[in-house]
Order: sequence, then structure tokens, then C-alpha cells
Amino acid sequence: MKALLIRDLRLAMRAGGGFGLGLVFFLIVVILVPFGVGPESTLLSAIAPGILWIGALLACLLSLDRVFALDWEDGSLDLLATSPLPMEAVVSVKALAHWLTTGLPLVLAAPVLGVLMNLPQEGYKPLILSLILGTPALSVIGTFGAALTVGLKRGGLLLSLLVLPLYVPTLIFGAEVARRGAVGLDMTTPLLMLAGITCGTIALLPFASAAVLKVNLR
Amino acid sequence: MNLNALWEYANPKKFIDTTDRVLPAISVLAVLCLGVGLIWGFFFTPDDQRQGATVKIIYLHVPAALMAINAWLMMLVTSLIWIVRRHHVSALAARAAAPVGVVMTLIALATGAIWGQPLWGTWWAWDPRLTSFLILFLFYLGYMALWEAIENDDTAADLTSILCLVGSVFAFLSRYAVNFWNQGLHQGASLSLDKEENVSDVFYFPLLVSIAGFVLLFIALVLLRTRTEIRARRLRALLLRERMG
Repeated sequence: MKALLIRDLRLAMRAGGGFGLGLVFFLIVVILVPFGVGPESTLLSAIAPGILWIGALLACLLSLDRVFALDWEDGSLDLLATSPLPMEAVVSVKALAHWLTTGLPLVLAAPVLGVLMNLPQEGYKPLILSLILGTPALSVIGTFGAALTVGLKRGGLLLSLLVLPLYVPTLIFGAEVARRGAVGLDMTTPLLMLAGITCGTIALLPFASAAVLKVNLR
Repeated sequence: MNLNALWEYANPKKFIDTTDRVLPAISVLAVLCLGVGLIWGFFFTPDDQRQGATVKIIYLHVPAALMAINAWLMMLVTSLIWIVRRHHVSALAARAAAPVGVVMTLIALATGAIWGQPLWGTWWAWDPRLTSFLILFLFYLGYMALWEAIENDDTAADLTSILCLVGSVFAFLSRYAVNFWNQGLHQGASLSLDKEENVSDVFYFPLLVSIAGFVLLFIALVLLRTRTEIRARRLRALLLRERMG
């Protein structure tokens, strides 16, 4: 498992792995928003938590088709399937690698972009907290979507169509935590719900992803 | 009733034979119920005191919304049967139900918007019920798109079944998440089994007939579409065999 994780991380970091593309996409989304809605700082700071969450979500989505596609093409996915490692573990490691290369950088970049969006001072901690809690769920759900569409040519668009509705609960609670934090409201309930969703998806969804991947490798 | 007899219909031949006999009756009944319910509802019930004639959209809106959710539940059950017992008819029935369900969802959304314009003063509000229907609509679209995208029938059935299971959990989660996210504008349930909070009897009985009509219509459409799918698949097999021989 560790070897697989290290291999995936190395592949993502090297040139052509697409590491950092998600980050740049996140940056561009956040930069484009003020052009769209105007530069008034009160408006921007009101929508900052939501925009940052949506930007992170889209950036996450962008890199999903890479989770299995390359391994599918060169056949290493078949090798992994026949290895003694259970499929559920493979899928979990893939999700973890995706989170480490996409989710975690997004979490780290979010405060910097928060400055651009005029996020209120007390909003930073809740934003980071909600992203740290929420992005693992995004990666795990996305891995499920990637497993569903791995065998398809031009599966990218379908992948978004399948994954985006699944992102709704995570987005609602995540953005709610960030929004409540920014205006100084109590955020215990959405925070607990967000944590619950993340734990639930990490615990259960790998089984579904593994089942789907097995069907696709048949 | 012997429940085991139900599995006989997993045989496509038996399924087609039986539906041959049942389908005309169901279709006639559906048209009858729909006709009676809608005409009774539209022309022979009084206008509501506050809502005026707009109230009459209830005869389309409530049954369609009900069937939109029940169609998904039916797909969930048939998907489970496919995963557990691998009956092809079951998977095809799930596939057949999805477009019907999506149309029901659209009817519910559209009639809701038409009703909401004069009454709430807006076509659309981000109310929990409205929002969760929109999300349900997206789930239907994704499910149908996945069926279309995969060439191998069995692979498609497997993948869509699992998507249906996972999607159900997330649709359920979303339903409660949007409740939390925004307080509602939509009124409470118009119908319930304990008669405490029902709409008044004048509207109640035509509504029941109309709901029965929608249920029958749904069953008829799903049976019809399942038969079409079975025959299409048989035709493809025959063509392939011809080409081989």
C-alpha cells in the first residue's frame, strides 16, 4: 500500500502529472469572480466563502479523470487487480493520493485567495477547517465517479454529470461552516454534519468504488 | 400469496406473455382514471377561496411529484434485484423507468413553477422541496447518461445499479441537507394517511383518482418500455446470430 501511494505521489509530482494544474484552475476561478460580479468589497466578502468552496470543488473535479485513466491505459490497473492487495485498499490509496496532490494544496492555497476575495478576518479559521474536513469527501466521492467512467472514451463530461450531484451535501455543509464562521455565528451543527459525511464516505464508498472497478476490469 | 411465484417473471418470455394480457387492461384503466380525475378536478370542483382556479394544478402537480420519487424507489428495488439475483428483466425495468421518472420530475417542477408565479410571485425559489427535486432531476440525468454511454449491456446494468444505490443514499442526504440550508416556502403535505392535515374533501377525492391514474400510467409505461427493451435485445441477438451463420 505504501509503495502504491508513493508511486502515485511521484507520478503526480513529475512533469506531465498535472500536479498544480488544479491549483492554477482554483486561482483562475477565484480571480474571474470579481470580474463577473464587480469589485465592491462588501459584496465580495459576503460571497467569499461560497466562491472559495465552489472553486475548490471544481478544481477537485478537474483532476478526477486522472485518478485511474493512466493506470487503465498502460494496464497497471489490471496488475493491481491481480495483486494480493484487495481492490478496496487500492481505491482508498488512490483517493488518498488524489487528496494529497489536489485537496491538500487547495486547502493551503485557500487563505491566500481569501485575501483576494476580501474574506473577513475571523473567516479564515472556519474556511480552512471546513476545507480540511470536506475535501477528503470530495476525493473519495470523485474516486467513485472516476471508477464508474474509467473504461469510457470521452468519459470526462459524464464524470462531471455523475459526480456533481453527489457533491451537493458536502458543498452545502462545507460552505455553511465557512459562511457561518465568517459572520461569527455558531457553526457546530454543520461542522459535525460535514465531519459525518466525510467519515461516512471514507468508510463506505471505497466498497462501491471497488465493486465498480471490478466490473469495469471484467 | 406465494411470493416465490414472483420470480417466474424473471423469465423474459413469461414476462412478455403475462404483460400481453395485463397491459391493455392497465392502459385502459389508467386513461379512465386520468380522464375522470382530471375532468372532475378541473371542471367540477369549486375554486379555492384564496388561490382561485390556480389550485386546480394540484391534480397534476401532486401525482407527478409522488411518481417522480416512487419511480426512483422502483429503480432502487429493481437495481437491488439485479445485483442480488441477476435477472435481466429487472435491470431492463430499471432502465425503462428512468425516462418516465425524469418526465414526472419535470412535470412536477413545471407545474410547481406555473403555480408559484401567481401565488408566491416567483417562478422559482430555492426552497428545500424545489431544490431537492432539481437535484433528483440531476440524478436521473446522470443515471440515464451512464446507461447510454456503456456499450456492453451487463456492464451497463452493473454500473448503473451501483450508481442507483449510491445515488439513493446521496439523494436522501441532499434532501435533508437542503432542509438545513434554507427554510421552506412550500406548504406541508397535501395528503397523508391519517386524515388530520388533508386538503378538504372536495379536492381530496378527485385528487385520489388522479393519483391512481398516474400510478397506473406509470406502470403501463414501464411495462411497455421494458417489453420494448426485451424485444430490442432479442432482435439484436437474432441479427448477430444471422450474421454469424
